[in-house]
Amino acid sequence: MTTVEEQLFMTEKEELISGSEAVAIACALADVDVITAYPIRPYDTVMQYVSQLKANGAFDCDFIVAESEHSQFEIVKHASSVGARTFCGSSGVGWFYAFEAIAVTAGLRLPVVAMVGNRALDDPGAFGVEHNDALAVRDLGWMLYWVATAQEALDMALMAWRIAEDPRAFLPMALSCDGSFLTHSQAIVNVPTQEQVNKFLPGYQRGQMQLHPDNPITVAPQVNEDWLMEIRRQSNEAMSRTPGVIKEVYEEFKQVFGRGDPSPFLEEYMTDDDPDIILMGMGTLALPVRVAIRRMREQGKKVGFVRLKFFRPFATEEVQEALSGAKAVAVIDRDYSFGSPSSGGVLFNEVRAALYPLEKRPHVVNFIAGLGGREVRVRDVEEMVETTQKAIDTGKVEQECNWIGVRE
Amino acid sequence: MSTVAVEVVYRGIFQKTLARNIVRSIVFAARKEGKYGTAFGRYGDSPERNGIPAKQFAIVADDPEELEENLAVYEAQEVDVTINVDDTMCKGIESWAWYGLQPINALTKTGGTLIVTSRQDADALIEDIHQKDQPYNLSILTSIPSFSGLWVYKDDHTDVRILGALAKVCPQLVSLESMVEAIQDQGWDDLKVRSAERSYDRTTSRPVEPGEGNQEEPFSFDLPGWTTMEEGIIIRGIEQGGGFRGGEEGYQPVRNSVFKKYSTRSMRPIVNFDTCIKCTLCWLQCPDTCFDVTPDGLYDANLESCCGCGVCEAVCPVADCVTMINEAEFNDNDSQYEMWQKDKDSYTQWMTSLIEKQKQVDRTHGFHHVGGYAEEIAEVAED
Repeated sequence: MTTVEEQLFMTEKEELISGSEAVAIACALADVDVITAYPIRPYDTVMQYVSQLKANGAFDCDFIVAESEHSQFEIVKHASSVGARTFCGSSGVGWFYAFEAIAVTAGLRLPVVAMVGNRALDDPGAFGVEHNDALAVRDLGWMLYWVATAQEALDMALMAWRIAEDPRAFLPMALSCDGSFLTHSQAIVNVPTQEQVNKFLPGYQRGQMQLHPDNPITVAPQVNEDWLMEIRRQSNEAMSRTPGVIKEVYEEFKQVFGRGDPSPFLEEYMTDDDPDIILMGMGTLALPVRVAIRRMREQGKKVGFVRLKFFRPFATEEVQEALSGAKAVAVIDRDYSFGSPSSGGVLFNEVRAALYPLEKRPHVVNFIAGLGGREVRVRDVEEMVETTQKAIDTGKVEQECNWIGVRE
Repeated sequence: MSTVAVEVVYRGIFQKTLARNIVRSIVFAARKEGKYGTAFGRYGDSPERNGIPAKQFAIVADDPEELEENLAVYEAQEVDVTINVDDTMCKGIESWAWYGLQPINALTKTGGTLIVTSRQDADALIEDIHQKDQPYNLSILTSIPSFSGLWVYKDDHTDVRILGALAKVCPQLVSLESMVEAIQDQGWDDLKVRSAERSYDRTTSRPVEPGEGNQEEPFSFDLPGWTTMEEGIIIRGIEQGGGFRGGEEGYQPVRNSVFKKYSTRSMRPIVNFDTCIKCTLCWLQCPDTCFDVTPDGLYDANLESCCGCGVCEAVCPVADCVTMINEAEFNDNDSQYEMWQKDKDSYTQWMTSLIEKQKQVDRTHGFHHVGGYAEEIAEVAED
């Protein structure tokens, strides 16, 4: 007799599910050992699906509902150090409440995988998407991936454990998911079989770093200035090894599951003919941007789109290569960085920095859009392209950062 | 160009205010003479803990630029005067960002002075202080270790007595007159001024010749590089099951060589093996696993591991079995059990004399019994 679990994932099939459910299914397929939870939307929907799978006997894990996000992230941090495959998640201010634990997880080289359902930081209370919550970990040693579809959420979750738990990395990874559109709308998702996943994803082996009575070690003692710089240097080295790991894992994923983009770092859309203007953005923004590009292409405008998937590690060379042929790049930020260079968004300043070493640099124009979940409409994207075209025509960027769809 | 640097080596928290009073007063006094100065702690708050050796510095220079030259390094490479406000630290300290044992006179420059508050004589102190290749001077201020807490200060005049002595041994720093003005400026009373002046009058120093002192090589550690240290902020434990002297030979756990902190000790336990009832409490409760189990089931404190916290004395149910003794009384870390085995009578005699002496010394871990303060003041009063 087969178990419910085996029956559930015996054949590859299509499901109509949300991004949250896709992540929950990935947890079951990856046989995660410890999942922690504290209700906050959209992570609560992951909690529902995980507990449902568990209640149905389809998934066996320690599912711990903590008393706060802080404890939630502390628990997985510790579980990961004893060799448990872990998952947890939160969003917005909940993610921030856990920050003490989040910040040290990377330093301790613990491959925790977390979902952060991008959500505006309260107050004022706002449930809509903004990227600033996830971006807060960008300097701390977390790998940071921006998901655009429910299918991608499932696929990248499976890859996340494989990448994070690679001993060359041993770094945590956050799956950044649009906390409304992606996590709540349902899409057709191809759910792989357990057999496929088992083939792709081996167990987590922490080796000599595992905290265990048979391997007595002290983890995270007090260190002072004489040690800390070496520790940071090690983390930097680990992070610089991740692009190689990601490429390897991505290729293998494509072989086993038969889907994926040419690059794990970027999704390029209509860029083959070296368009004059390339739009760049992350996550679910891709949808209206692609539609707008198709419309503009119909009108004969040469416009393309690059979706940045991994914000960390930032694929500098790939980004340079993808953007260097354009006359102007329009970076769309669903985030803000008050007081930053040119008062621009986070992605804008990163992209601009990545392009700086190039001999022939395109103009870089920034657009702040869709904050707090405000809709980024097709005509907003067209407006961005018009503004960017002006920079090309006049040879000068009049205003580097432009707020789109904001009432005067 | 003339810069004068002074370091105060003190026990964390217990003597923080004392050290701060000294270094601040030095700068105030120097200012009276138109000089520039700065007073700073080598520690941030975090690593400074009860009884852990710590440092504060005062640097005085003729002009701001010269002062800046001396501030461009965290810790002065050499100082004109080292002030040690607890004589047990004459055995060496593990200073901030210094891995291993730093001799108390490590920074004292050639011809400089080491001032120690102590009730031991020079010969006894020099036995503990590591030898130097250059000559320096030793000046002793008869005093008990002035311990208090973070929020209270025991104003027993140790601060001003040190300032008076400092003006005497290092006249190029500041004059006694400026020191007195600085004391008055801080609102301290005339009694404190008198204490400083008396200390100035009475302070003498004794030259210490090159090679004179403790001959031991201070222990040190190698600092690993980022390519050689373990990843994940890990310190490897001792091998499991290894190092036990099993069965009839008793039990002696292997101790992690990375954790060696006996220089933090200001007191150590002495064990009366004749009254021990083998209850195991000291062995169980010791936070540093420092008790070895002897073949006959007694408990022998391993003094390379003991940080002198006094938990064993506190948990021992026998009145006279474990007693904490002033660390200054000892010159080695030898096994008490072996001494007792060799000659029980003389061990008992030695132990009893130490306990008797301890009753008079009344050194504590920093927390005084009611009335202790008055007793100490009376004892060290100079007239």
